[in-house]
Amino acid sequence: MATRGARPLDAGGAAQHEGFLRYRGYRWLKLALAISLAAILIYAFHDARSRPNGGSWYGYTLGTIGAGLILWLTLLGVRKRAMTRGRWSLKAWTSAHVYLGLSLVVIGTLHTGFQFGWNVHTLAYALMMIVIISGIYGIAVYSTLPRVLSANRGETTQAQMLDNLRQLDRQLHEAAQPLGQRHAEIVRMSLDDDPFGGGLIARLTGRYPKCGTRAAQEAIRIETGPRPAIGDDALERIDVLLERKEAALARIRQHLKLKALLEIWLYVHVPLTFALIAALFAHIFSVFFYW
Amino acid sequence: MADAYRIAIIGSGPAGLSAAARAAALGISHILLEKTDHLSDTIFKYQKGKHVMATPSQLVLRSDMDFDAGKREAVLGAWDRQAAEQGVNVRLNAEVKAIAGGKGDFSLTLGGGEVIRAEAVILAIGTQGNPNLLRIPGGDLPHVQYQLDDPGAYVDEHITVIGAGDAGIENAVGLAQDPAQRNHVTILNRSADFSRAKDANVKGLFAMRDGGRLAVMTDTTPSKVEPGWLTLDTRDGEARIRCDRIIARMGSAPPRKFIESCGVEFTSEDREAFPRLTATFESVSAPGIYVIGALAGYPLIKHCMNQGYDVVEIINGNSSLKPADEPILEAKFKRLPRRRTVDQWLEYLRANVEILNDLSPLQMREFMLDSEVRAYRIGETVFEKDDPGSSLFGIASGSVDVAGRVRIGRGSIFGEVGLISGRRRGATIRAAEDSILVEVSRTAALKLMASNPAARRVVTRISTERQLLQMFGSGLTPEDLAEVTATARVESVSAGKAIITEGEDGCDIFVIRVGSMVVEKSIGGKPVFLSYLPAGSYVGEMAVIDGAPRTATVRAAIKSEVIRLDGAAFRRLLDRKPDLLEKAKRDMAQRQDLNAFVEARKDSFSSVVDMYSSVANFLVEQGVGEATDVLLIDENLCVGCDNCEKACADSHDGLSRLDREAGRTFAHLHVPTSCRHCEHPHCMADCPPNAIHRGPDGEVFINDTCIGCGNCQRNCPYGVIRMDKVPPKKPGLLSWFLFGKGPGPGEPSHEWSATHADPAIEKPKKAIKCDMCSGIEGGPACVRACPTGAAIRVAPEAFLTVARLDRGEG
Repeated sequence: MATRGARPLDAGGAAQHEGFLRYRGYRWLKLALAISLAAILIYAFHDARSRPNGGSWYGYTLGTIGAGLILWLTLLGVRKRAMTRGRWSLKAWTSAHVYLGLSLVVIGTLHTGFQFGWNVHTLAYALMMIVIISGIYGIAVYSTLPRVLSANRGETTQAQMLDNLRQLDRQLHEAAQPLGQRHAEIVRMSLDDDPFGGGLIARLTGRYPKCGTRAAQEAIRIETGPRPAIGDDALERIDVLLERKEAALARIRQHLKLKALLEIWLYVHVPLTFALIAALFAHIFSVFFYW
Repeated sequence: MADAYRIAIIGSGPAGLSAAARAAALGISHILLEKTDHLSDTIFKYQKGKHVMATPSQLVLRSDMDFDAGKREAVLGAWDRQAAEQGVNVRLNAEVKAIAGGKGDFSLTLGGGEVIRAEAVILAIGTQGNPNLLRIPGGDLPHVQYQLDDPGAYVDEHITVIGAGDAGIENAVGLAQDPAQRNHVTILNRSADFSRAKDANVKGLFAMRDGGRLAVMTDTTPSKVEPGWLTLDTRDGEARIRCDRIIARMGSAPPRKFIESCGVEFTSEDREAFPRLTATFESVSAPGIYVIGALAGYPLIKHCMNQGYDVVEIINGNSSLKPADEPILEAKFKRLPRRRTVDQWLEYLRANVEILNDLSPLQMREFMLDSEVRAYRIGETVFEKDDPGSSLFGIASGSVDVAGRVRIGRGSIFGEVGLISGRRRGATIRAAEDSILVEVSRTAALKLMASNPAARRVVTRISTERQLLQMFGSGLTPEDLAEVTATARVESVSAGKAIITEGEDGCDIFVIRVGSMVVEKSIGGKPVFLSYLPAGSYVGEMAVIDGAPRTATVRAAIKSEVIRLDGAAFRRLLDRKPDLLEKAKRDMAQRQDLNAFVEARKDSFSSVVDMYSSVANFLVEQGVGEATDVLLIDENLCVGCDNCEKACADSHDGLSRLDREAGRTFAHLHVPTSCRHCEHPHCMADCPPNAIHRGPDGEVFINDTCIGCGNCQRNCPYGVIRMDKVPPKKPGLLSWFLFGKGPGPGEPSHEWSATHADPAIEKPKKAIKCDMCSGIEGGPACVRACPTGAAIRVAPEAFLTVARLDRGEG
């Protein structure tokens, strides 16, 4: 069928849809590889006196490039938050941040000349490596977890999940009204429980061994197990509600776990970056004044 | 021996009653003939307790009868009393069957055979006795009624009111007023706006809807009536609702047969046309018969009463009488060059502007009350490109020049694009010579088109012609296209209906005027989504060029309007214009490649094509079909950092216009709650200050004149408009980072806004929606601020094409 839009098709439209890793045909990956390769080659042919170290001209060059890169990479945090006008894209920044950050492994290591010790210089190097390793973890989760997060939440938002949970709690509360003291205590195990308690480990693993809802359901099952279900049983209703609450909990806990996994590394990456910058300045200061 | 009178007045509504009262006051021998057993049947038939309005408020009442807004019973009571007091000679139960004779000696034959003679006849019978009928299958069933006497008489029913004019709205509101009646009331409006009804009525209706008391369905027409059920044709396809009673209030038309038998001619053959009258209400074809009130084209009570007064004065020989609205119109014409009287000006404008040709002098008066007329010197700018504005201009004299390229001459119109889409002005218009232009406000233009079929046809014809010229390129002239435009028919297509079916013969061409279409090809029995066609595209010329059967199916994504052009006429145009043929062939080759590509891949690639088709269909269901620019999130990449929302808030006064997490998802493609910038924005339909416009980049935005009424929020089917106050200014990023001042990037919490707001300034809540970051260099902040590239903004025609499969995307 011959058709023609009144507006011309946007030829660049499709190219916009690529992730930060594939940005512009891996432009920054290629650049980072080129830089790293060049650094290694020069290092191989560079004839430093006594042995390769940060004090040679090449060492200074690498050090300057490395320090500059570290400061520039830190600026991603500013770029992300300062919504200024202009033709910039955070995706391009992230792409460059990732690949140039990885090239620091080569630049930084060559800058050391493989001399390590228990001093502020090696501290800066160690901090840098930890920051980079946490970043690699970040790349890994960013490229694998989003689809899991999306599949788990379906079309519900986090607020809706929490709402759903509150609603189930209200229903449980209503359904528990006709129950006796002993059974009411069982329902209370679920109602009084903090479903997200259990600290960081529970949040990151999604396992909540002391979950009050599960305990309550087990207790109810023991009560209802031997009896035939005759339809109009308050305990059966509680059982169904607890079942639903547990399903809802599983989903939201999975959601929170994935979100935590997507965020946790930033709690290492960002503070250690500041520590790194402090160590870096100490390193530069000490080199120039006490070497 | 027949009774003889100077004036016989037929119909005792506001117009006839006022005329009779004037005649009585002047001591003229008269008779007021009323078909029923009470005065003013139309108002008598209003539902009990109805509030009768007195609009237009700027008009002064000039009548011997009193009238003010009030309850139906109070109004009728006052008239009955005054008619008796003033000695009006009324004959009830007197239906006039025929009028014979001429000026000075008419004989009126009554129902019983009695004959009354009169020198002059005033026809004031209105149109309510002749309602427009429901012409659909089942429209003649007994539960379909055309009037509602007492809304309190129905309980526990599913009632559908058809027609959203004043009568329909009042009936619907009356039926739903008392919750104890437990009626489920639905009101249907065939368009999206409520231009036929009074503003106060529309507001009342919306208030009821927001209270959950009744349902309002716009863009909906009934298609089939069955006992207990009603089938509807809605914007999104067919729907079937419970319905025990239908109240059809779709307007009324003059009882034409009777009126024409009296010798009174109409302006045109249209069912809704009015009698041809002089400025003194006298029939042009039957002198001595005067037509006033709704039958003359003006249904408002105040106008009717004034006309009743005026017509008797005129018959009595008062030639210096000026209509009551004369001072208002005089002021409008005062600044024009050349001295003319108001009547001369009205006639001048009517005769010279094509869309006004069919209006009666009385309708012209009413029309001019809502419009402006101005004189422009040669070279003077009427409006600039990108000016906001949605009014329509008619050229009464002179001509104008469009962006220095095209000249539009006397009689024609311009500005119709703004009227139809609400877009900003597309070009600068200057007066090419000294000109007189009529500026018609959007509401007045919609009213004109709704009530005057001839005006609607002219606007449609001109906009069709201009659309064709724009699409087919600059080498063509309107004369080249004349043969093709003459065959143009505007057709409405409901959602999901096909205009072209694969494999069929036929060579008509379709231009999509409103809405959008999807192109599908059946492969292995399954429809595969080929492409998406927005409004302004044309489709179907392939069959014209190669004469082969249709190669794909084209169906409406949403309720649409197409212009059907005759294929044979188009073929002749192509034969005459080799350039156009060349161009059409190039476009065709592109599409043939696409077809061949799909055919070639159908075996090896079927699952991918399948997936693509279902994703495309999902997006069309999500309203992407009527979008011009939509934010999509690829959930393979989205890490949920909400930086898009924060960036949005920080770019726009601290309020985010998108909700990333909410919205539908399919195959990891997420459509967040964010404006789609619809082709025909639902939000624009009912904005009292007319604050919603379309910008130069296609963005739909709300300007500062927003009054915070919330209509747009309610009208938006995608829930993307929020009502909120602008929060106070935040401290800068650095002071947040270093000293922890302020709430940080993104939208501040309500608590922070509340505690930091200046208590001296009361900020109103206003409507907030995406403006596509218009005016911000770099484009939409949400996309720029996405760290992983998950957020993309696309025009559907670029995104929804199977060609993307070639690149392994989609």
